[in-house]
Amino acid sequence: MADLIQTLFFGLALGSTYALVALGFTMIYKASGVINFAQGEFLLVGAYITAAGVFEYQLNFVVALLIALALTVLIGLLFERFILRRMIGRPPFSILMITIGLDILLFQIISARAGALSGLPAAKPFDIYSGIDVGGAHFGTAQFVTIGVTTACVLALVFFFRNTKYGLAMRATALDQEAALAMGINVRTVYALAWGIAAAIAVIGGVLLPLDDGSGSVPITLGQVALRAFPAIILGGVDSVTGAVVGGVIIGLTQQMFTRYDNVFTPVLGSGVGGVAPYVVMILVLLIRPYGLFGTRKVERV
Amino acid sequence: MTVPSTTASPADQPISAEPMAAPARSRADALAPRLLGSRNRLIALGLGILAVVAFFFTGSDTWMNIVNLTLTAAIAALALNVLSGYAGQVSLGIAFFMGIGAYTAAFLGGTPPRSSHDAMGLGLSFVIWLPAAGVVAAVIGALVGPTALRLKGFYLGIVSLGLVFIGLHLFKNVPAIASITGGPEGRSFPAPAIGDFDFRQQNNLPIGFAVTREQAYFLLLVPVVAVCALFVANVMRSRAGRAMQAVRDNETAAAIMGVNILQAKMGAFILSSFLAGIAGALYASHIGYSAPDSPDGTTGWTLLLSIQFVAAIIIGGIASVWGSILGAAFVFALPLVLTTLSIVPQYASSGGLSSGFLNALIYGSLVILFLLFQPGGIVGLLRGGWFQGRVPRFLGLALRRKGGGPANTLSTTH
Repeated sequence: MADLIQTLFFGLALGSTYALVALGFTMIYKASGVINFAQGEFLLVGAYITAAGVFEYQLNFVVALLIALALTVLIGLLFERFILRRMIGRPPFSILMITIGLDILLFQIISARAGALSGLPAAKPFDIYSGIDVGGAHFGTAQFVTIGVTTACVLALVFFFRNTKYGLAMRATALDQEAALAMGINVRTVYALAWGIAAAIAVIGGVLLPLDDGSGSVPITLGQVALRAFPAIILGGVDSVTGAVVGGVIIGLTQQMFTRYDNVFTPVLGSGVGGVAPYVVMILVLLIRPYGLFGTRKVERV
Repeated sequence: MTVPSTTASPADQPISAEPMAAPARSRADALAPRLLGSRNRLIALGLGILAVVAFFFTGSDTWMNIVNLTLTAAIAALALNVLSGYAGQVSLGIAFFMGIGAYTAAFLGGTPPRSSHDAMGLGLSFVIWLPAAGVVAAVIGALVGPTALRLKGFYLGIVSLGLVFIGLHLFKNVPAIASITGGPEGRSFPAPAIGDFDFRQQNNLPIGFAVTREQAYFLLLVPVVAVCALFVANVMRSRAGRAMQAVRDNETAAAIMGVNILQAKMGAFILSSFLAGIAGALYASHIGYSAPDSPDGTTGWTLLLSIQFVAAIIIGGIASVWGSILGAAFVFALPLVLTTLSIVPQYASSGGLSSGFLNALIYGSLVILFLLFQPGGIVGLLRGGWFQGRVPRFLGLALRRKGGGPANTLSTTH
């Protein structure tokens, strides 16, 4: 029982990180109808700059984090302004592919800078192995922090969407771009804002992930986590904030449960089922609901 | 009913198989034989064959190896171009289907195991395992297709990405399948051989001429690639191919015109899987030994492989047979060329450039630049720019003048 509760707790924490990544996707998709394939590399860039700031330049963690935020957001804004904006109106295939181009570039630059494949230690603002033990179950500080920060981010976003002028502008743009333009909303600002927020969320996710998974290092393949957040957005429906959070948590729980009870499946499905379980769940859900659990079904009339 | 080709229709098919030729087409084109195209093309074909023959006799094994890799990659690029370029379905799953093809080949053609540690193999002939690799991949494609193709755009891209990860898990960890794939450690792949002629070994021909391993493989690949390329080009000119392109350009419009959308998409999916399976089998067979993936993710049936093919067709040319070949050459041969010419080392010494890094940097940037400025890729660049207009005129090949049309029809894109 304690074991199950602990697994669920870790699943919730893992799901939170997925939810953060998924939120990044959702932000950009809602504003501009683009899936940003490079979102994972934003995580890597953020985590790497923070770690480099702390270990190479002996900066304070908060300072390093702020620098990482600033630089990653800058990359996102520059990409949006100078590349993506020229692609408006092109087929989704081209737009998806151009973000893959960015993904390749960011990954190569970071991996060249970080030196081949050796991961580097992650910036740890606290002891990631500390925590409280209740009845045989371990509740780690890192997991509490992850869940807490994610909740804070989600609440902040909800507040932003509901109560601020730009939040309203973003919702209007997501609903109907032309109508938003007609009402005097600066759609370009909205795009830039979406990319900025997505990049910032990615940095937070990138810094949290190595703490949450207990590895304490930034692997060069950190960006691949975003690929596992894909099932989360697909599950939730790519244009839904609620969906991103729910999808993230479902995927996190699924992965953690399958990883914990791996031995049940090993004889038939082999070890490491946890890693692919999210994709299997995703395909099963899509079989039933092609637009995800919370996604909007697009109606095309002939 | 004929689905009219749209503006986005690839320009490398000037000859229409349809009775109604587009009015822009010159008479020389309309009268030329269907299979090979205009006289220009016939000359180009002749020059191409000459080049291939010349290369076969003079190329060193190092270069031949690079070309062989390019040729196998070209088949897979063609496969992806069928699905993404012609039918417009975003896919990142090509690596999965290549893997299926490779392991089918390995299972059917591999040497029967001598101990329980060996991967399984039935020891069948090459003429069986190569087509079988394509067929099994196509069957899997047909099974996955109905689910995948209900989804549109990004959703399909992400599901196909999931397929790559599920595939890797199957290949590596599932006990029943690992006995075929060799699990994480990998397995050897059979050599193509027809009779006594083993395409992966030095062969002494009875006429007193020795063919090296790479030369032999080249002999195998050139016809296979030619057949695949011709097949794709012709399919895309047929009713089925035009239906695929109509679906890509506007699904709703295509449906109104009577195109069976699901059928067109499935056709593209199955053809693409088939070619990918063939490519995977030939690729693995050329290397001889392969694991499902490597710790750094640079080899094997990984997402990176899929992405490289996506980059290849974007750089080479979307919805173009030549584009697939050129793009494959660009993405897959470039790092080897850079290493062979000693421009950059294969592995970075200390913080230096490695060929893989430089290559990824180049194709990553090129994907962005091409999509921004020349969505037609290299082929679009050649066709819309200097090649069609200037180079043939420079070579005195302005043959269309004889057809009565003005000389500058050469620069007219179809």
